[in-house]
Amino acid sequence: MTGRTSLPRPGGNLPPLSLHVPEPKFRPGDKVDYTHLDIPPAGVQPRPDEGCAAAETNPLATDLIRVLDDDHSAVGPWDPRLDPATLRRMLRTMALTRAFDERMYRGQRQGKTSFYMKCTGEEATSVAPAMALADDDMVFPSYRQQGILISRGYPLVEMINQIYSNRADKLKGRQLPIMYSARDHAFFTISGNLATQYPQAVGWAMASAIKGDTRIAASWIGEGSTAEGDFHAALTFATVYNAPVIFNVVNNQWAISSFSGFAGAERATFASRAVGYGVAGLRVDGNDALAVYAATQWAANRARSNGGPTLIEHFTYRAEGHSTSDDPNAYRSAQEREEWPLGDPIMRLKRHLVGLGEWSDERHTAMDLELVNDVKAATKEAEKNGILGHGLHHPFHTMFEDVYEELPWNLEEQADQAIRERRSKWPEWKES
Amino acid sequence: MTMIEEAPVSLADAPTRRLNMIEAINDALDIMLERDPNVVIMGEDVGYFGGVFRATAGLQKKYGKTRVFDTPINECGIIGAAVGMGAYGLRPVPEIQFADYIYPGLDQLVSEAARLRYRSAGEFIAPLTVRSPFGGGIFGGQTHSQSPEALFTHVAGLKTVIPATPHDAKGLLIAAIEDNDPVIFFEPKRIYNGPFNGYYDKPVEPWARHADSVVPEGYYSIPLGKARTVRSGNALTVLVYGTMVHVAEAVLREKGIDAEIIDLRTLVPLDIEAVQKSVEKTGKCLIIHEATRTSGFGAELSALVQERCFYHLEAPIERVTGFDTPYPHSLEWAYFPGPVRIGEAVDRLMKA
Repeated sequence: MTGRTSLPRPGGNLPPLSLHVPEPKFRPGDKVDYTHLDIPPAGVQPRPDEGCAAAETNPLATDLIRVLDDDHSAVGPWDPRLDPATLRRMLRTMALTRAFDERMYRGQRQGKTSFYMKCTGEEATSVAPAMALADDDMVFPSYRQQGILISRGYPLVEMINQIYSNRADKLKGRQLPIMYSARDHAFFTISGNLATQYPQAVGWAMASAIKGDTRIAASWIGEGSTAEGDFHAALTFATVYNAPVIFNVVNNQWAISSFSGFAGAERATFASRAVGYGVAGLRVDGNDALAVYAATQWAANRARSNGGPTLIEHFTYRAEGHSTSDDPNAYRSAQEREEWPLGDPIMRLKRHLVGLGEWSDERHTAMDLELVNDVKAATKEAEKNGILGHGLHHPFHTMFEDVYEELPWNLEEQADQAIRERRSKWPEWKES
Repeated sequence: MTMIEEAPVSLADAPTRRLNMIEAINDALDIMLERDPNVVIMGEDVGYFGGVFRATAGLQKKYGKTRVFDTPINECGIIGAAVGMGAYGLRPVPEIQFADYIYPGLDQLVSEAARLRYRSAGEFIAPLTVRSPFGGGIFGGQTHSQSPEALFTHVAGLKTVIPATPHDAKGLLIAAIEDNDPVIFFEPKRIYNGPFNGYYDKPVEPWARHADSVVPEGYYSIPLGKARTVRSGNALTVLVYGTMVHVAEAVLREKGIDAEIIDLRTLVPLDIEAVQKSVEKTGKCLIIHEATRTSGFGAELSALVQERCFYHLEAPIERVTGFDTPYPHSLEWAYFPGPVRIGEAVDRLMKA
C-alpha cells in the first residue's frame, strides 16, 4: 500500500475546494438587524383559484401571503372575511394556548413534570388551521401544536393529566409530556421521532380517498424536519396519488440550536420545495392568523375537491427555547425575539379587532385574567390525580399492556418480575 | 378480530389443491381481499405486473386499482403510508420487494407501527402485514439474500412470522392479516417453487411431490405463536424455520437420526411450550438459521433453552448459522449453512 490519498492532482492550478458550514447571522450578544428579510406589504399577493394547476402557485412559494397590514387592517384577496365572533374565538383560543403554556412551563420548573414545550409566538400556526379545517379532518401534528387540541375543545384537564403522567392520564403515563393522542378529536398520537407523521398523514388521506370519504388530513413539522427522508417520501406519495392532504411546515427559524440554514433555508424557501413535486405551495406570514386561516382554507377546499395536496410554509419565530431542556441564550441573540419583524400573532389579531371596534384593551385584560384562572382551575383539578413521580400512577401491570393486543408469555413473566421487585423494595406496597 | 384457534370443522373435508408457496400466498391474499373490504395491497410492481415473484398476480385485475396498487420506490413511504391507512381503519398488506430493501422503512416499523398501540394506550393500532421475500440461495448477492429477522424480533410490538410450506404460508398469512398487531411476514424465497433441501448440486423437487403442498381451498388460518412438529423423535431437538426446515429434514433423514424437528413458524410470539417440551424430552438441542450468527435469533433461542431446560440438557446447545459476512455471490454455497455444517453439529451432539 502506498497510501497516496492526499497529494494534489498533478499539474492542477485549480483553487482548493472549500466546505460551507452555515452560520446564523446573530449569536448571543449580537445586535440584530433584520433588514435582509424581504417582507412584502400585506394584501398584494394574488389568490389563485383553489382548483388551479399547482404551478400557478409557484410565485406564492417564494412570496409571503399577508392579510394584516401595518395598521392591523385586513387587506387583499386573502382576507378570509371572518365575522367578529369568529375572530374573537380565534383570539381567545390563541390567548388560552399561551396561558396554558405559561402555567405548564412553571409546573415543570416546580418539579411537577419532567418536560414541557411552549409554542409562544407560533400560536397562529395551529389555532388558525384548526379553525379552518373541519373538526373531523384528521391532524398528524408534531410536538408544538397544542393549539389544535385547545381549538378543538379537548379538555385542559386531560392535557394536564398527560403532562403529569398521573393516574388519570389517558395514555397511562407511557408518553413524554405533551405527546398527546386524542382519537375522538381526530388528533393522531404524537411520535417524538421527527417527520414520521408526514407519510402517515398521506396514508390516512389515501385511505380516505380509497373509501370515498370527504375528510382530509393535515400534518405539521418544523422546518428542521424537512431534512428527514420522510418529508421526501410524503411529498412523493402525495403527488403520485393526488392525496387530499395539507403539509404544514412551521418555519420558526430554529431547530433546538440549529438555525434554518441547516435545513437549506440559505438557498430556498421551504414552500418552494413543493415546486419540484408538482404540489401547490404557499408561503405565509405565520404570525398573521388571518393569512394562516386563509391559506389553510384554500388548501382544504382544494384537497376536498380532489385538487390534491398543498405545502404551506408558516414563516414565524420560536420566541422561547425549544423545550424546558435548553437555554436559547446559549446559542442565539436575545434581541431576535424583540426585533422579529412580523410581530406577535396575538397582539396583531387583538389590534385588528380593536380597530374594527369589536374589542378593547379592557376586554383583553379581563379575558387574560379569566384564562389564567381557567388554566389554574384545570391544573388544580388535574393535580388531584397526582403529579409525576409522586406515586399516583397507573397500575403496574399497565406497563406491559398494549405492547400487543394480547399479553404474550414473556411479558406475563416480566410483569410478575416487576411486581416482585416492587414488593421486595416496599414489602407493604399494594396496587392502589 | 381475534385469531381463530382451530381450523373450521369443515376444513378436514374441504376440497384441496396442490399449490406452491407463491400460489398459496396469492390464494391467501385473494381470500382476504374478498372477505375484508379494508384489506389493501401496495408495493413496488405489485399491481398490473403482479409482483416480481408473482405473489400478487391477477389481484389488481380482480379487485381494482384502489385495492391493489403500485407504489413509488420508497420503503419509508410504503410503510409510513400503511401506518396512516391503518390509523384510518384499513388493513394494509404492503410488500417490500426484498427484505434487503426494508431498511429505509425501519423507523416507520420500529418507532411507529410497533409502538402506536402502546403510546396511544390503544387509541390507534397498526394492523399491517409487511410481506417480504427473504433468504438466499438464489444467487442474489448481498442485496437480495439477507435474513434480517433478528432485527425485527428484537423490537417490542412487532410479530415475526416465517412459513416453511404452502399449507402454512396460506394459513399464517391469513392469520397475520387478521391480526391487529403489525406483523413482519418473511417469505423464504428459495422455497417459493420447491422445498429446497440444501443439496444444491441436486435438482430441487417440486412442491407437487411434498405432502404440505396440499392446501385446503377457501379460508383457514393458523394461529400465530404455535410451532409445528415436522417429525417427532427422541434423539435430539432441532429448532428451525423457513428454508432450513427442509435442509434439516433432509440431513437428519440421510443420517438416519431420530430427531424431533420443530418448525417455529412464528419467532414472535414464540411457542415456548413446544420448545421446552421437546428439549426436555430429547436432552439435546440444535438451532439452525440461515441468518448471520452473532446476535441472530439462534442466540435468543439458545439462551431460552439454557434458562429453561438446563438440567435436562445432555450436551451443549449447538447453533448452525450463516457466517458473519455479507451474503456473497459466487461463494454463496460456502456461506449457506448446508448439509455439511449441519452434519458436523449433529455428529457432535450425537457423540456427547
